[in-house]
Amino acid sequence: MTTKVLAIDDSRTIRNLLRVSLEGAGFEFHSACDGQEGVDVFPEVDPDVVITDINMPKMDGFGVIDTLRSGPNRTNVPILVLTTESSDDLKARARNAGATGWIVKPFDDASLVSVLRRLTGHIG
Amino acid sequence: MGGNSIRDTFFEECEELLESLVEGLSLLEENPEDMETINAVFRSVHSIKGGAGAFALDRLVGFAHAFETVMDKVRDKQLQIDEKLMALFHRSGDQLTDLVTAARDESDLNEEAESGLIKELESYLGGETAQEDFNFDALTLDFDGPAVEVPIEEATPSERAFTIKFKPDRSLYENGHEPLLIFDALAELGALTVEADVNDLPSFDDFDPNDAVISWTLKLVTGDTETTLHEVFEFVEGLCSLDVSVDEAATEALPQVQAELPGPASASPPEPEETPQAIAEQPTPSAAAKPAAAQSGGGAASKESRGPKPTLRVDLDRVDRLINTVGELIINQAMISQRIEELDLPTVAHLTNELEAYKLLARDIQEGVMAIRAQPVKPLFQRMSRIVREASDATSKKSKLVTVGDSTEVDKTVIERLADPLTHMIRNAVDHGLEKPEVREEAGKDPTGTIRLSAAHRSGSVFIEISDDGAGLNRDRILQKAIEKNLVAADAELSDPEIDNLLFLPGFSTAGQVSALSGRGVGMDVVKNAVQALGGRVSIASTQGKGTTFSIILPLTLAVLDGFVISVADQTMVIPISSILETIRPNPRDIHLVGTDSEVVSVRGAYVPIVDVASSLGLTETKEASGTGILLLVSTEMQGMTALRVTAIHDQRQVVIKSLESNYAAIPGVSAATILGDGKIALILDPEEIIKLGHSSGPDLFAQQARMELRNV
Repeated sequence: MTTKVLAIDDSRTIRNLLRVSLEGAGFEFHSACDGQEGVDVFPEVDPDVVITDINMPKMDGFGVIDTLRSGPNRTNVPILVLTTESSDDLKARARNAGATGWIVKPFDDASLVSVLRRLTGHIG
Repeated sequence: MGGNSIRDTFFEECEELLESLVEGLSLLEENPEDMETINAVFRSVHSIKGGAGAFALDRLVGFAHAFETVMDKVRDKQLQIDEKLMALFHRSGDQLTDLVTAARDESDLNEEAESGLIKELESYLGGETAQEDFNFDALTLDFDGPAVEVPIEEATPSERAFTIKFKPDRSLYENGHEPLLIFDALAELGALTVEADVNDLPSFDDFDPNDAVISWTLKLVTGDTETTLHEVFEFVEGLCSLDVSVDEAATEALPQVQAELPGPASASPPEPEETPQAIAEQPTPSAAAKPAAAQSGGGAASKESRGPKPTLRVDLDRVDRLINTVGELIINQAMISQRIEELDLPTVAHLTNELEAYKLLARDIQEGVMAIRAQPVKPLFQRMSRIVREASDATSKKSKLVTVGDSTEVDKTVIERLADPLTHMIRNAVDHGLEKPEVREEAGKDPTGTIRLSAAHRSGSVFIEISDDGAGLNRDRILQKAIEKNLVAADAELSDPEIDNLLFLPGFSTAGQVSALSGRGVGMDVVKNAVQALGGRVSIASTQGKGTTFSIILPLTLAVLDGFVISVADQTMVIPISSILETIRPNPRDIHLVGTDSEVVSVRGAYVPIVDVASSLGLTETKEASGTGILLLVSTEMQGMTALRVTAIHDQRQVVIKSLESNYAAIPGVSAATILGDGKIALILDPEEIIKLGHSSGPDLFAQQARMELRNV
């Protein structure tokens, strides 16, 4: 079973970087370019882990976490927040919103993959 | 290797982001409190920063960060956009553009402007510097080689035995955590024993599967520090109760043989080398394959659900090759049609229909291919807002740029080659066209001048207009200057349009003193040459006190033109339809001799000078008898309306332009050549030049054309 990742980020560059890193590490990669699209495609993609940016048009990362963690279709799927800020404040906010973990941009392949392994048990 | 295509994507994305940044800023100018626009601007800067970070473009990251931090304050309504801040945003946008360009080209960029701007930006942050929450040095992507982790040889610290009491809250599960995975991570640090405490487990009836009822006591023997151990729990802090202590007794009992115990370096080393190699092995023959390269990874179903409109990046050379081939196809089609006609078959109705369909298809293919090269002028126009801003600052004038029709699509090469002339004309418009704010106010005008830049398609041509609402051309000064520079005779009597056109003469500069801004040794003649090189024309219209408008008329494409096939002194030639206003078969009564040599034709009451094309080109010694032939009315900048006399018009058709200069040599009066359906070469005439030549004797064109046909047949 390959591990499915849904990456939600409005930056094509970041999506590309994630794709290359994650496909290289054996993940099945899906992406969406804003929060709304992310939650829309979520049921169809049915990922094992979600990676989401915070600052995005239409729906931001907190909106994504909120949507996935509450309501009728709530899910416990791990959600990893991609952020450029490493402040404790933001981490606390993300955690309180229901995020599983975070990784600070710019990320390197190794730490990203190891974090994802920790959250999903994925064996590359 | 593989990193490059991602890097390219980054810079492409940067360009889009910068475009939307500039667009957002100009929207903010109108409506400084529009949250949607503020957010969009913020995101543009933020995304540039995010991407730049991945490529360790520190200066770009640093500047974007300062910019973004101030934008963020605006977003949080802690800061109001006023005129001064708006100007700072504009300049910061410009600086960001420069930094992106410098990063892409790996060129140097003066740090002075940058650090000045950062200081100005920081002055809005009330003491806190933008650098505070900002640590970017740690992680970067290295695509050039596998990130080999060099194991650090150092004395293994003593092993210790930890006791960890771990009791998850319900929220730990709700946040998507799995204790088992945490234990796996701990096990990588050393020998781990796990003991579950199920004492809190309720009776079956009371059991809520979502509740956290199990707690664990973990014993870990590791050489790692307590900090490392806590890192494993980083994500669950606050979502559980956690107690970590060192079991002194158990630690003392440990055998001191560290060597065989797993060290920290072996803690799940991911294999980053897979990534770059996976890409490098992808066949990437050219830029065209870029999107494919990004899709590496053994067919894992990667999909970009409903993204922006799908696009395909193709090497420009390939498109041009296609355009060239399609051009040949058009010629070939014309030849076939003509040959079949010459066969004079009895029943050709079928064939004629098929041929007509073939012609239409070929034309469709051609248009489709041309459309690939067409791009909206919007990015070009947007760049001009910066020019207007800089020019206004340099001349202490107030001005704004209004753009119209920026979705108009024009050939890519035309857009590229228009950038310089347009920049020059915009600078001129601000520098020479607009008056100082106080002068404008005195004249009862808005102190802020308006530069209007418009683009439109009109009858197969592209019209671009640059107009200002300034004082208009000072014709007395222009004439005086031209006389001083010996460009015209001191007693010359010139009409207003003729005076205006003096601006296009080489070496003309109107500024009383050469200003640092416009006077960079580039005159309007350079603009004119650049436009003419694109097959276009430029003209001026100016009204005293109201302003000046420069109009550029360009062909839609550089590869074909619609032309009349004409004959002149037994030669077949082509003249661009775009330059012809009207064709007349003159009544001999309407033709009048002026002096001994010149003729005019009366057209609806106006007298229009006649230029004989054959004699202009030096094809005949004697002019055609007046009253014969066809007159083509053309409008020129220098001479106003002129009638060109040719022997006959044979056909109207699209011809493929073949450069004369690159295949033979430049010939006065001739802009290019084409190949007609019968395989013969026909010269494409330049009406403007023909008229100029009309006054002097032309070159021996006949001989030149004959030589060319010899070379080509």
